[in-house]
Amino acid sequence: MTLLALNTGSALLWGLFATGMLTLMMSASQGLGWSRMSFPYMIGSMFTSHRGRAMGIGFVVHLALGMSFALLYALVFESWQWATWWLGGGLGIFHGLFLLAVLMPMLPDLHPRMASMHHGPTPTRQLEPPGFLALNYGRSTPVLTVVGHIVYGILLGLFYPLGGGGLL
Amino acid sequence: MPATDARYAPVEDYAVIGDCASAALVGMDGAIDWLCWPHFDSPSVFAALLDAERGGRFQVRPKRAFSVERRYMGDTNVLETTFTTDTGVLRLTDLMPVAAPEAYRRELWPAHEVLRRVECVEGTVTVQVVCEPRVEYAQLAPSFDDRGKHGFFYNYDGAVLVVRSEVPLTASSGQNVLHGEQTLRAGDRRFLSLTYDDEAPAVLPLLGDHAQRKLARTINYWRDWAGQCEYEGPYRDAVMRSALTLKLMTFAPSGAIVAAPTTSLPEAIGGERNWDYRYCWLRDAALTLRALYELGYEDEGRAFFSWLLHTTRPTAPTLHVMYDVHGNTHLTERTLSHLEGYRQSPPVRVGNGAHDQLQLDTYGELISAAYEFVQREHALDDWHRRLLVSLGNEVCARWEEPDEGIWEVRSGRHHHTFSKAMCWVALERLLALHAEGYVTVPADRYRTEAARIRAAVEAHGYNEERESYVATFGGDRLDASLLLLPTYGYEAATSPRMQSTFARIHEELAQNGLLHRYPPDTDDGFTSEEGAFGLCSFWDEEMFARLGRLDEAREKLGETIAYANDLGLFAEEIDPETGTFLGNFPQAFTHVGLINAAITISKAEEEAMALYEHSVPQ
Repeated sequence: MTLLALNTGSALLWGLFATGMLTLMMSASQGLGWSRMSFPYMIGSMFTSHRGRAMGIGFVVHLALGMSFALLYALVFESWQWATWWLGGGLGIFHGLFLLAVLMPMLPDLHPRMASMHHGPTPTRQLEPPGFLALNYGRSTPVLTVVGHIVYGILLGLFYPLGGGGLL
Repeated sequence: MPATDARYAPVEDYAVIGDCASAALVGMDGAIDWLCWPHFDSPSVFAALLDAERGGRFQVRPKRAFSVERRYMGDTNVLETTFTTDTGVLRLTDLMPVAAPEAYRRELWPAHEVLRRVECVEGTVTVQVVCEPRVEYAQLAPSFDDRGKHGFFYNYDGAVLVVRSEVPLTASSGQNVLHGEQTLRAGDRRFLSLTYDDEAPAVLPLLGDHAQRKLARTINYWRDWAGQCEYEGPYRDAVMRSALTLKLMTFAPSGAIVAAPTTSLPEAIGGERNWDYRYCWLRDAALTLRALYELGYEDEGRAFFSWLLHTTRPTAPTLHVMYDVHGNTHLTERTLSHLEGYRQSPPVRVGNGAHDQLQLDTYGELISAAYEFVQREHALDDWHRRLLVSLGNEVCARWEEPDEGIWEVRSGRHHHTFSKAMCWVALERLLALHAEGYVTVPADRYRTEAARIRAAVEAHGYNEERESYVATFGGDRLDASLLLLPTYGYEAATSPRMQSTFARIHEELAQNGLLHRYPPDTDDGFTSEEGAFGLCSFWDEEMFARLGRLDEAREKLGETIAYANDLGLFAEEIDPETGTFLGNFPQAFTHVGLINAAITISKAEEEAMALYEHSVPQ
């Protein structure tokens, strides 16, 4: 067990790395035809209809979100005064399941261009909603999403302590 | 005889629609029998064209017996099919939506879409709909997921097909075919949409008024594009349809032009001459570029030239015969034995085994394209120069080798006269660019080699006994490609040798106003017979024009154009006895040939007129 204090720089740095790895895994699963879940496109299309720009904006925002979540992970590590790869992985399971089971069903209400689950598409809302556990984007999507977030958590659990002590 | 298999429509009964990345063939019965997504050379979504039972189709048609008329809506690639039944008239409008770039910034668009509008214009007509996607060349048929108002979803391999329809659809018990039937009265209108997205959530297609606006935008897009055409001669309709077809077969992201959007439509029914043409050949680079520039399509010309050089750069100085739309050369040929083939003419091939053949003529064609580009744009990048010089050096090193030749015969390598002449053209064009200051070449070496090539062609490629240039050195067989020698500047059309060659080719290769590419008994690696080549027939008419025989040129061009189908489209080959289309369809280079023949005739007319005016005393 390692005693830690919050190290913002370490959290952001390894958050960036872990988000990059998560993005890489999800992109690979898209390219391999396992899932159509695209965090950059889903996020970016909140800001613009232009597919190319949406991918660019979404990529940057997703990286920023991933780094922000790394601070939350770091706070958890600090509050428990220890961090290991398996604790990070456990947080990743919770993170992934929360995303799939809570956030995804809410997304049509939050996303300005996503079609409602209960109505047909409209001129301003045409994006396919993810549905329960994002199963609409392919049957492997829940597993891949959770695995991606487990890896995200493991990387933070492994590398965050390398930054040394912080505030706590 | 499979030629009469009623399950298959004649090739000439098809129309093509497309979105400059993919294309679909639509039959006179309202069936989309061929569609590959997301790109021209992707696996098929519908392939009833190659297997009527297993291939899958998307059909919209009247329930009762009907007669058909169809047309493209003016200068567009939007197809309108009108079915007349004994109770009323039904009009089907088919398109793959496209729009100016700004439209894609304002709203979400599916990656690809086929939009179909069916409307009853008279009386009462019951319309039937069947949609049965069989993706991956009919190797997959997973079931539809019915998501109510969002439509039917068909997930496979990281992609999704979405079907939305204003005609109520139901999934069959097997869940992989959608059926619908509805009676429409005069004034009723229904939209149906099939979309494709991959690697991201789908964009759900909108129907109703929004679809109507998308139709209007697509019409405007094509009309605006067609409006840029500068050709105003007597063959305007045929030239315009050819230009629109070329544009449809241009892969917009790269500028590549595919030879045809289909594979394995047989060059002989029941024969083995079935090839995948969904790739880009270097063979007609210069002639295609010329056609684009002459029609005023400079952006397309620049994009095509850019694609040519970017694509050939990685393998230079070695040139491949063909590349895919992204410039890849790994086009390994394989057979899809689960498909029976058009009119039971197997094999169905994907990939193309000719991709690694040696065709020395491609050097001349590519360098001629560069020369054409420079004459228009007056510029070359540094890496363009280096690439062209490396190609010239390769020609010097390899012109004495035998090759498979322009027709990609599979009977081994020979010393093809046309290939050698095109090597001469390559060096002469580079020397011309050198003289104009655009490239720096070892001029003395190129001149020496060019002289050696010319001497070899004149000594061995011309048969004194036959009074004709011949297909191979020391041979006695004719070859229609030799009609291109004046086009590329190797020999004047009016030279005695060229005139006698022209006469011989006419005597032996012409049939019912069309031209075969070589004598039917030529050993090209296959035993089956093939049809006449549409492209060669247009070369023939260019020769008439170059010889100043303008009346004959016009007459012959009119005859050849008359072989087009009712929409003005051509396949690669035509059966000269029946007029039936053979081979892949529609064929880009046949349409390039038509455009260039019309332009050559117009220019010859202008020159003749200028000469006449000059000779008349003022």
